[in-house]
Amino acid sequence: MKVVLQDLTKIFPSRNKNGQEVVAVNKFNFEIPDGKLIGLLGPSGCGKSTTLYMICGLQQPSGGKIFFGDDDVTELSPENRGVGLVFQNYALYPHMTVKQNIMFPLENLKGDDRMTKSQMLERAYHVAKLVQIDDLMDRKPSELSGGQQQRVAIARALVKMPRVLLLDEPLSNLDARLRLQTREEIKRIQKETGITTVFVTHDQEEAMSISDMIVVMKLGVLQQIGKPQDVYDNPTNLFVAKFLGTPPINVLDGEVKGEKLYIGDVAVLDVKGAADQLVHVGIRPEGFIVDDNGAFESNLSNVEVMGRDVSIVSTHPASQNPVIRSIVDADNKIAEGATTVKFSLKPHKVFLFNRDTEERVYFEVK
Amino acid sequence: MVDKSQQWKAWIYLAPAIVLMLIFTVWPIFNTILMAFKEGYNPMYELNPAFDGWTFGLQNFIDLFAHASAFTNALVNTLLLCVLTVPVSTMLALLIAVALNSIKPLQKLLQTIFFLPYVTNSIAIGMVFSVMFNIVGDVGDPSANYGVINQIFGTMINWMNLGSTKVANYAVMVIYIVWNALPFKILVLLGGLQGVNKQYYDAAKVDGTSKTRVFWRITVPLVSPMIVYVLITGFIGGFKEYSSIVGIFGEDMGAAGQQAHENMNTMVGVIYDALPSGQYGKASAAALVLFAIILVVTLINLKISKKTTHY
Repeated sequence: MKVVLQDLTKIFPSRNKNGQEVVAVNKFNFEIPDGKLIGLLGPSGCGKSTTLYMICGLQQPSGGKIFFGDDDVTELSPENRGVGLVFQNYALYPHMTVKQNIMFPLENLKGDDRMTKSQMLERAYHVAKLVQIDDLMDRKPSELSGGQQQRVAIARALVKMPRVLLLDEPLSNLDARLRLQTREEIKRIQKETGITTVFVTHDQEEAMSISDMIVVMKLGVLQQIGKPQDVYDNPTNLFVAKFLGTPPINVLDGEVKGEKLYIGDVAVLDVKGAADQLVHVGIRPEGFIVDDNGAFESNLSNVEVMGRDVSIVSTHPASQNPVIRSIVDADNKIAEGATTVKFSLKPHKVFLFNRDTEERVYFEVK
Repeated sequence: MVDKSQQWKAWIYLAPAIVLMLIFTVWPIFNTILMAFKEGYNPMYELNPAFDGWTFGLQNFIDLFAHASAFTNALVNTLLLCVLTVPVSTMLALLIAVALNSIKPLQKLLQTIFFLPYVTNSIAIGMVFSVMFNIVGDVGDPSANYGVINQIFGTMINWMNLGSTKVANYAVMVIYIVWNALPFKILVLLGGLQGVNKQYYDAAKVDGTSKTRVFWRITVPLVSPMIVYVLITGFIGGFKEYSSIVGIFGEDMGAAGQQAHENMNTMVGVIYDALPSGQYGKASAAALVLFAIILVVTLINLKISKKTTHY
């Protein structure tokens, strides 16, 4: 089931009379293709959870429309939309066993959808097997670990076979190791069921690793949609470039003059096609090549050896971050006692953004 | 753990509380048990040995349960009032609390209004209630004033005057006690409801749960600890019912013309009645019986609630 958001807007009225109203989501337009896993990504307060709740129906949009397939569901209540929602803290009913929790949505079905007890049990065990909790069916939620509770919550959302599955920060309550494992699990479950899934996260690594597509948001405004790698390789503005990637992108002050990029007084890169202007220069950590003939020279602080790679930490007067972090192959040897290090830059890892608009300035990469 | 040599200090700090409790709590309990088994005990004996002549025995208890005694009547009254009022007031309080919890405007104002009876003297409220049910003039005379309640419903029921039936008396008591018991229960249950995570309701909403099912399958189980608390304290309070009867019927504890073995008196009332006439042994015995009943009922309550509250 594809999900289409059309000019979706949510405005929260101000609490006091003279205060400002808050535009949590501002004119959202995008289409979620059928059967894909979509990550809504952004810093906290960017409106991603609000978007999710509007898709779910728990919050009414102030404007715009939501379509599931060709059906306009904007005015429908949650139960009539056919959505499954997994809450951030799971919201499992504490007084029911796992089995009762999973069967609860089925017991609510009315009319033709009504199921017999044995049909419900069969369905409950089917989803329980899918999320691998079928041996925990008689436990109470309080007797489960965080990861197991998460699976129960997913099973409860899946059991009524929703058209769209929604996950609100699904991994934020899990410890680091479990998080890795669970995100694989979510990916697997999504693939097996083929249900269009939207999940919300502020963790870019999490979003990049499992999403088919990511949607980057900032202050209620959509920034960029695309496959994770495309967004990473081709950010449309400075915010997206800064938000994606660990370690984060290095940002320096620069200037384009005569199709050459200057950092300080040194021309470091040919930027064919870019007009003369002041720019932010974003360089991914992997965009540096240690090169004695390189044009970009920075003051070496220290070198962190990480086995496969070496992380070179240096400083430069034009840098907006306190340090410049570059990750290069461990084969690169830095002379002991060196105080500076010279790099040449990989053109496709360098992004230019206009100093005022922070929008991308494109140039030709050979 | 405090050093052994310093522990005497702890005892000194605790001494005022311990001494007061020994004098005013422990000794009276002990003395009550003792007195309940003294036959023909006269309290004047403590001042004048000439009043000696009591023996240990069970006569006080036998007297209590004698045929058509004031005590058996009071026992039935108390049990009936408990059984009739506690479940009704708890259920009503739960419904009101859920309603209060689900409305936004004026919630605080309504909360205050519902809580008002709690801060009002129950004797005073009782007198207002008795005026509402009272008939001024001759019973049966259509020109008499039959009270607000009869006026509203257009009836001529003799609720509590001379010749009124026991059923009518009970009706008045049940209405009054339920009304009087509501505020505290609403307050406790509302507190419980406000502590329930809203996400359970969101989850239920996404699953299309009907309002009645949300109430029985989610709200009631989640506030069940509060419900149990309210039930237990309600039963304990119900067994100690006294001032409400005084409030409605006055010190005679019943409608005009009712004898001690047929009036609306309660167990606590019997105990109080026995004291001025110096029947300390009988009063103590009655107190012990009341204690035993409350203990048993509370234990049963706890036992059942352990099975039905889930976490």
